Amino acid sequence: MSKKLSKSIRFIGLGFLEPLIHLIQGKETRKNLILVLKKIIAPLASFVLFMGVWQTGAQLLYNKEADYRIEKARTEQGDEAAIKMKECIISGDVSCQPNTLPSPAQVKVSFFKLIEDHKIIRQDKKDFKEKTASLNQKRIADGKEAITYTGRPSFVDQIITSIKTVFAGFLLAILIAVPIGIIIGLSETLRDSFNWLIQIFKPVSPVVWLLLVFMIVKTVTKDSNTDSAFIISFISVGLCSMWATLVNTTMGVATVDQDFLNVAKVLKLGSFQKVFKIILPSSLPLIFTGLRITLSVAWMVLIAIELLAQSPGLGSFVWEEFQNGANDSNSKIIVAMFVIGIIGFLLDRIMLTIQKLISFNKNEGN
Amino acid sequence: MKSTLFALTLLVLSSISYSCGDKKPNPEATPISEEKSAIKTLEIEKPQLTFGFIKLTDMAPLAIAKEKGFFEEEGLFVSVEAQSNWKNILDRVIDGQLDGSHMLAGQPIAAGSGFGRQAELVTPFSMDLNGNGITVSNDVWSKMKPHIPKDADGKPVHPIKAETLKPVIDSYKSSGKAFKMGMVFPVSTHNYEIRYWLASAGIHPGMYTKDNIQGQVDAEVLLSVTPPPQMPATLEAGTIHGYCVGEPWNQQAVFKGIGVPVTTNYDIWKNNPEKVFVMTKKFVEENPNTAVAVTKALIRAGKWLDTPGNRKEAVKILSMPQYVGADEVVLANSMTGTFEFEKGDKRAMPDFNVFYRYNATYPFYSDGVWFLTQMRRWGQIPDTKSADWYDTKIREIYRPDIWKKAAELLVAEGHIPTVDIPETDGYKPATTDFIDGKNFDAKDPIAYINSFKIGNKD
Repeated sequence: MSKKLSKSIRFIGLGFLEPLIHLIQGKETRKNLILVLKKIIAPLASFVLFMGVWQTGAQLLYNKEADYRIEKARTEQGDEAAIKMKECIISGDVSCQPNTLPSPAQVKVSFFKLIEDHKIIRQDKKDFKEKTASLNQKRIADGKEAITYTGRPSFVDQIITSIKTVFAGFLLAILIAVPIGIIIGLSETLRDSFNWLIQIFKPVSPVVWLLLVFMIVKTVTKDSNTDSAFIISFISVGLCSMWATLVNTTMGVATVDQDFLNVAKVLKLGSFQKVFKIILPSSLPLIFTGLRITLSVAWMVLIAIELLAQSPGLGSFVWEEFQNGANDSNSKIIVAMFVIGIIGFLLDRIMLTIQKLISFNKNEGN
Repeated sequence: MKSTLFALTLLVLSSISYSCGDKKPNPEATPISEEKSAIKTLEIEKPQLTFGFIKLTDMAPLAIAKEKGFFEEEGLFVSVEAQSNWKNILDRVIDGQLDGSHMLAGQPIAAGSGFGRQAELVTPFSMDLNGNGITVSNDVWSKMKPHIPKDADGKPVHPIKAETLKPVIDSYKSSGKAFKMGMVFPVSTHNYEIRYWLASAGIHPGMYTKDNIQGQVDAEVLLSVTPPPQMPATLEAGTIHGYCVGEPWNQQAVFKGIGVPVTTNYDIWKNNPEKVFVMTKKFVEENPNTAVAVTKALIRAGKWLDTPGNRKEAVKILSMPQYVGADEVVLANSMTGTFEFEKGDKRAMPDFNVFYRYNATYPFYSDGVWFLTQMRRWGQIPDTKSADWYDTKIREIYRPDIWKKAAELLVAEGHIPTVDIPETDGYKPATTDFIDGKNFDAKDPIAYINSFKIGNKD
């Protein structure tokens, strides 16, 4: 029972909890205690350290900005203004708050505000639905499109849009890169002849991909009412991120162990069987490494792309908050930063788990 | 730490279950079953609309029409989306991703008269008058200040003319540095205003030519494009030494202590037209009733904004993150009839943002002609045009007929008094309300163009 438990814990990438469980179960107390210290307490300590550095850093920057303001008031308007400015800053009045790196506490407040905001928008959406229910019934009966919610998306909606965009882009990348990678990998001639193309397009920046996709999609979707911002952003994400998978698949397929291929020859396997029974399975680890890179690249370029394509996701959230320049804008941006980071980390864990599930060698990857 | 994490998870879970379980019907949500306006004369062809805007206080009519329910009363379901820059807005309106948008007055005019991307756009509604300012960096201000005459209280005398900037530009020049200023778009009011201001003091802001559309030929001040919300950050970074932009981005510079507004466009041209609401000609032709309904809602929003006592609420609405999003204090400064120049030098400016008074919502041909004369003056229109051309061109773009139809319906419904519909042929009388006192008669554009020392002549 406990072996099974620890195995599955390790499997989903939470292996660091294992010693704690053992400790609770009272097994090998001393050894597990050291392990707990190493694997749980030390990372926690690093977290505390991080918070400490952040807090002091933010405080230092805040003080510097505040001093500058007070000094400026003194040189321009005299001592009285400087004292007033100081009082104003201490009182926490919005009109004179130094605008700098927010402290952890401010970020926490913003996080709860965003959650609160989400709840308000949820309610608003429901009201809107109720309000337009009868009208929509009539419109649908007349064969017209129903009226959809006209309010803004909440932070949570934006996260969901971003995740959708990334997965659509990721699927596109798989659909393009894996088949092409296999085909190119199988033939050295093809590999040589397409190498230049891959080498040139691989380092192209996300912004340029976006513009390229924009040029094409704009014309293709000319007369339809589809949401082209979403199409543009997911295609750009796919095209930006597929190169790692393409290169790794090609490599994986090209470097299949000669012994395996000899076996295929001996067994007189057809080409399809050869690809699916021998080549694909043995190149899976490399393909998966590629896919993991692809997914993390996809998540990384997403923000830049959403920002430019005006797709309503986290990227445009960050950009809009930067543009707002309100008192709490900076801390909202930091909230988004953490959300982006944590989701990126989770996505990578999911990929790792899937890789472990389907690859032969369970020790591959980390 | 773990306990906080646990509490956090609990909180998230409980918030989800709370919002799922809450099924109280909102008493304010009255069902809408008719897709007609109140008077039931307009059949709305396209009730679901998306409009764009740039984060500026003069987008207010859009926010108000939405938040105060004027759109819904006309049977319109409108989403408004912030856009990243003016070029983007123009493209998205032309390509049909946006049904209409808050735009610079110069944009539909340029799109119809040969500068930049060409398309058939129309303007049935003028969004506001005034609302811009010119801000310079702290360093430039400290060098300008000694040249500015002071009144009895020791405060600078307004309007501050660009003559006081001239010595600063000369000192930059002699030390081999280029003097750069930002404006928001090549055909924006800001570009023409900052050029007007500079040129009225004999400072050459640079020409546009057929081959050089940077607008920096012979320039003493290099003007370049920066999107409005990025202006303060760009100024702070030292990339530009000053800028001309709409609100709240001048007041933002005061609050953040990175620059000082020196003049407003009210001083450059009293009650000048600023933003317009733009739709494509195709959209207006295919959805004539929708266009009228949109105009109706916007006129009502304009009236609401200029009704005394409403501005405070307007500021609250605009400070929501999906609209302008800046802090209330920053927005309130210019929206509630004051304007802060140097920190502490707050002056009354009751006409800084006009949304309805002085027939602000009516799309006057003469306003459009002024933009055409400036485009010609600075070479964006490279060839000589006849006086007739100005008249015919502007009649294609400005559509007071739609405005009139909307306004007459509003009068019939009792939302506005009859006197609010001006008796006009679309041309305002000639005026000399400019910083340099030049006479502008829109019916004689050629003479106006020829009256300037700097710029093209016909």
